[in-house]
Amino acid sequence: MHMSDALVSPAVGAAMWVAAAAFGSHAARQVERHGGEDERRLPLMGVLGAFVFAAQMVNFTIPGTGSSGHLAGGLLLAVLVGPHAAFVVMASVLAVQALFFADGGLLALGCNVVNMGLFTSYLVYPLVWQPLAGDGRSRRRVFLASIAAGVLALQLGALGVVLETMTSGVTTLPFRPFALLMQSIHLAIGVVEGLVTALIVLALRQARPELVPARATGQRVVATFAVAAALTGGALSWFASTRPDGLEWATARAAGEGAPAPASGARALLASFQERLALLPEYDFRRPHGARSLDADAPRWGSPRAGSSLAGLVGAALSVGFVMSIGAAARALRRRAAGEPATRRAGR
Amino acid sequence: MGRLDTALAHLGALDALAARDTPASRLDARVKALAALAVAVTAASFGRGDALRLLPLAAWPVALGALGDVPWRAVLLRLAIASPFALGVAAFEPLLDRAPAFNWGGVTVSAGAVAFVTIVLKFALALSAALVLVATTGFDAVCAALARLGAPRVVVTQLLLLYRYLFVLAEEAIRMLRAHALRSPDRPRPSARTAGTLLGQLLLRTLGRGERLHAAMRCRGFDGELRLVRGPRLGKADLAFAGATALLLAGARLVDLPRLVAGFLGGRA
Repeated sequence: MHMSDALVSPAVGAAMWVAAAAFGSHAARQVERHGGEDERRLPLMGVLGAFVFAAQMVNFTIPGTGSSGHLAGGLLLAVLVGPHAAFVVMASVLAVQALFFADGGLLALGCNVVNMGLFTSYLVYPLVWQPLAGDGRSRRRVFLASIAAGVLALQLGALGVVLETMTSGVTTLPFRPFALLMQSIHLAIGVVEGLVTALIVLALRQARPELVPARATGQRVVATFAVAAALTGGALSWFASTRPDGLEWATARAAGEGAPAPASGARALLASFQERLALLPEYDFRRPHGARSLDADAPRWGSPRAGSSLAGLVGAALSVGFVMSIGAAARALRRRAAGEPATRRAGR
Repeated sequence: MGRLDTALAHLGALDALAARDTPASRLDARVKALAALAVAVTAASFGRGDALRLLPLAAWPVALGALGDVPWRAVLLRLAIASPFALGVAAFEPLLDRAPAFNWGGVTVSAGAVAFVTIVLKFALALSAALVLVATTGFDAVCAALARLGAPRVVVTQLLLLYRYLFVLAEEAIRMLRAHALRSPDRPRPSARTAGTLLGQLLLRTLGRGERLHAAMRCRGFDGELRLVRGPRLGKADLAFAGATALLLAGARLVDLPRLVAGFLGGRA
């Protein structure tokens, strides 16, 4: 479910970081504003984040399949502490996962916060869970709301992963099979997520009724619709702007195999210079197969030429040598730094 | 159950590495954090045929790891555990893109195979950069750096509290699972229904702990803000490290080593 640094392009990663940071600062402001009345909430949010980790260690059998799964926790957090605090908690959980478990990565953190935090906290919880669960007194409605919200949250998250992967253009996976696979896998996961969330909420209600707020729905709905509209306009337009419409895409794919006319002279020079400098080469959503724009005359890695294989071998050897010598130099630097001020450590 | 205990020990191990005094741990956390992000962005900026051009970037995690005396097993183990999703997506590449990329001594390598290697390299580079960052900096210092870089106060407090209670609650969960395993030896894992009850129980303990924690913090004068010690200004070593990182990343972007070598060989032949 985690979007990975290996599959995301700088443009998509940066766009998602912007969206995540914007909502993050909004959520932080909301928490701080309401935290004044209830400053019990900060330690509570801290332990709940740790709870999500601990809960993810509890692997249980998924009924009917024989495989095992665990709780993701986003929906449960939203039910317990509200959307703003849930968003902050989920973002912190994802940051720790990126840093300690290599889940996702630093660049993909924005994508993951959007997929697993934003959709659940700001779309699914206010628009699905709250209206369906109502005041939350009926057991059946809580089950219904949680399963519907769990399925929808996981579907949106999986769709987010698919769209981010496709717009990044790192892989050639065709859209339809990839999307179908991801969505169907996450359908089952979503049902279980909703089921377990409902069980926990109901168990908690019996034991500590004051902790599960029974909220009245009313003006909140208007506010959440406004947030949803802003979200659709803001976040989803990132996809719209970086991804061409179907026709353009199809044309680009169809034309992709034909080699472009080689550019010459100053234009080629400029183009190659620009390409080398460009940190965001995938920004124009070039299909990976496709035309290498204006740079086609230069011999490049990947073109079937006799010379390039030897060049590749030598280049790889040079790179490895470079990396190893940098590493050796850094180690020597550390030894010297350790040796000079104090006595040399034994056994090193 | 032994597996869970090991997982917990592994989690603490990375942070424990950062507690030692090494040249890498003395570097400013802000510089290291931004540099790690820059490495991830630069790695992601290469196209699908650029496997070779990615290789020099490995110098960043290797150098920082060597400066910080980070054992490679710890980093590689975590990479291996986290790899399934990225590798699963990458594994389709050789099947989907069979266009020949180059011929190597009679063996034709497809563009898809090159793309597969590229994705694997990107994964290893970006994520080892993040892991080495934590192993040479420590989580508290990373959070302090975030605060100084302008992250919202609530987010930084949240990260610090989350990390502090992670171990406590994980141990709580492990105790619970051990109890379950002892009472139902015929089942390796609880059913979804039992898991719901178990997790509800864990949540109750969590909430109880949160309340005790809050009371303890109030007794010590907590007013909703964690005060972090401000580190010193950037030193010479920090600037040198930032400069070296910038040089490496710019070099990797600007110099196309395979193309350069091809041109060189072509000129001689």
